[in-house]
Amino acid sequence: MQANPSVELREVVKRHGSTPAVESLSLSVRHGEFFSILGPSGSGKTTTLRLIAGFEHPDQGDILIDGRSVLDVPPNLRPVNLVFQQYALFPHLTVFGNVAFGLEMRGVARAEIRSRVDAALGMVQLSGKEARVPAQLSGGEQQRVALARALVNRPAVVLLDEPLGALDQQLRQEMQGELKAIQERVGLTFICVTHHQEEALTMSDRVAVMDRGRVLQVGAPKEIYGAPASLFVAEFVGLSNRVDGRIIAVDGTRCRIEAPGLPAIQADAPAGAGPGNPVALVVRPERLHLSQPSASNGFDNVVPARVAKTVYNGHEMQYQLHVAERLSWTVRVQNDNGGQKPFLPGDAVAVRWNCDDGVVLAR
Amino acid sequence: MTGSSGLRTDARRTAWLLAPALAWMGLFFVLPLMVVFLISFATRSAYGGVEWAFTPANYRDLADPLYLRIYLRSCVMALATTGVCLVLGFPLAYHMARAPARWQGIWLVLVLIPFWTNFLVRTYAWMNLLRADGLLNTALIGAGVMRAPVEILYSDLAVLIGLVYGYLPFMVLPLYAAIERLDRSLLEAARDLYAPGWAVFTRVIVPLTKPGIIAGCLLVFIPSLGAYITPDLLGGARSMMIGNFIQHEYLVVRDWPLGSAASFVLMAIVVAGLWGYQRAGGVRA
Repeated sequence: MQANPSVELREVVKRHGSTPAVESLSLSVRHGEFFSILGPSGSGKTTTLRLIAGFEHPDQGDILIDGRSVLDVPPNLRPVNLVFQQYALFPHLTVFGNVAFGLEMRGVARAEIRSRVDAALGMVQLSGKEARVPAQLSGGEQQRVALARALVNRPAVVLLDEPLGALDQQLRQEMQGELKAIQERVGLTFICVTHHQEEALTMSDRVAVMDRGRVLQVGAPKEIYGAPASLFVAEFVGLSNRVDGRIIAVDGTRCRIEAPGLPAIQADAPAGAGPGNPVALVVRPERLHLSQPSASNGFDNVVPARVAKTVYNGHEMQYQLHVAERLSWTVRVQNDNGGQKPFLPGDAVAVRWNCDDGVVLAR
Repeated sequence: MTGSSGLRTDARRTAWLLAPALAWMGLFFVLPLMVVFLISFATRSAYGGVEWAFTPANYRDLADPLYLRIYLRSCVMALATTGVCLVLGFPLAYHMARAPARWQGIWLVLVLIPFWTNFLVRTYAWMNLLRADGLLNTALIGAGVMRAPVEILYSDLAVLIGLVYGYLPFMVLPLYAAIERLDRSLLEAARDLYAPGWAVFTRVIVPLTKPGIIAGCLLVFIPSLGAYITPDLLGGARSMMIGNFIQHEYLVVRDWPLGSAASFVLMAIVVAGLWGYQRAGGVRA
């Protein structure tokens, strides 16, 4: 493992006209890492990818690949390969021709091209389809060709622009596992742009969440999901139940939050919290427990609620709750035959959770 | 049962819709063509009439080196026109197709503006430009580029200039349509896969715009091969092309049979050219 990061962005600024697409962006991607950039459309994530590929030039800042600035290096001389969102396969070339294109351009010997293309197609399970043209392939197969076309060059970095975006749900889930497995096998740095949070969480070693041209949080999927650093991250990544309130007391690591219509809430105090701070408490649906209103057990918080809607998902029951007449919360209960009778719409219930189940964030 | 009767209704409707065009083409194109074809096997009577005698003599006469030179000159001129139009037209079409949508409309109008006036009038304008005392020479002398005027008019060069001018839009429009359809991300993919600029052009742009290139070349080559007005007005006495030769035979010499035979040889050349292009188009680059 080299000392330099695989890809480093330093204070990169890119404007499209007068609107900034990327604002003072700094990122450091490690060698052999599966790094995802997660964000809604317009967050600047695709621009970031195109800056690394060389199709866009930053207005300010520096981009380094393996420790060397690539600002003056045109796209065709950068040691990166991009898997395009719509694949951008050459329609006039066969699968073999598509995958061999990069090697041919770099003047690799014919015999070596043959063996490397064969190996790359084998890796994406497309052996035997060399002679097809893209129009004869399914969407999933085209996606694999696009991946092989990048991998065969053994670039320093593989860039993926919404790699699974054009696939249907089932194929998408299959490919998530496969993409990660391939990345581990080849050991190359992958930078993947996606707006699909599940994709980012399942495949990545680390995730950067972007919004409006800025990076809000970088961390392992567990940190991003379990300890979001801001309300935007908490709400963009995964489902969350939110209640806005005000800190009324801080007691060591705990704090009490007052929210209109609810009993005072106990929570882990965020760093630097003080009485009077406007905050939002965020709790994931699977961290909440449902019970009869009368039942009592040792949770830090108990809040009354009413069941508005139930959704049966097979493995779990999803409850839509009305809390304090104005909040809509979601609770997920595993269907593990645990003996609990399911609640029905209209039932009064108690929602319970402990301090460490929620995160208190500034708002 | 309903399926087959539905099919019959469809076929009948199609026949009715096609009938007017087919009747028009049959009456005003195929029939006269047959007449010309028959005349090409007749002989010229003493006073310029047509004498019916089935003989291939006219075609044999066309093998004369004098006539062959006219055919050769026409082919070379048409090829040169096609080549120059392609070289001039491709960058223009590429620029147009890559311009912002609003500019594309403006460029298209600019390319089409010449069609708003009569071709003959525009060719006369070129005579004024190319004359020894014309605008071009006056400007070049005025700018001090040269001292004595160069006679461009009445030369092969003048004919070439006129043909390129006249047929450039026919090259630009199909090229524009083909390049406009070209997926931009394919060019980026080629760049991303280490292709330098020229390789992006030869390996991706040219193969993917080939239908447009072929269409443009045919649309320029065919009319320039049979061009008549341009070589007649801009060319010298030696610049005769097939079109002028046919006109000459029909209206000056009044040898309709020879003129008819020349017309059919011209058609044969065009058909052969089309066939060759089609073969070339079918072969993968």
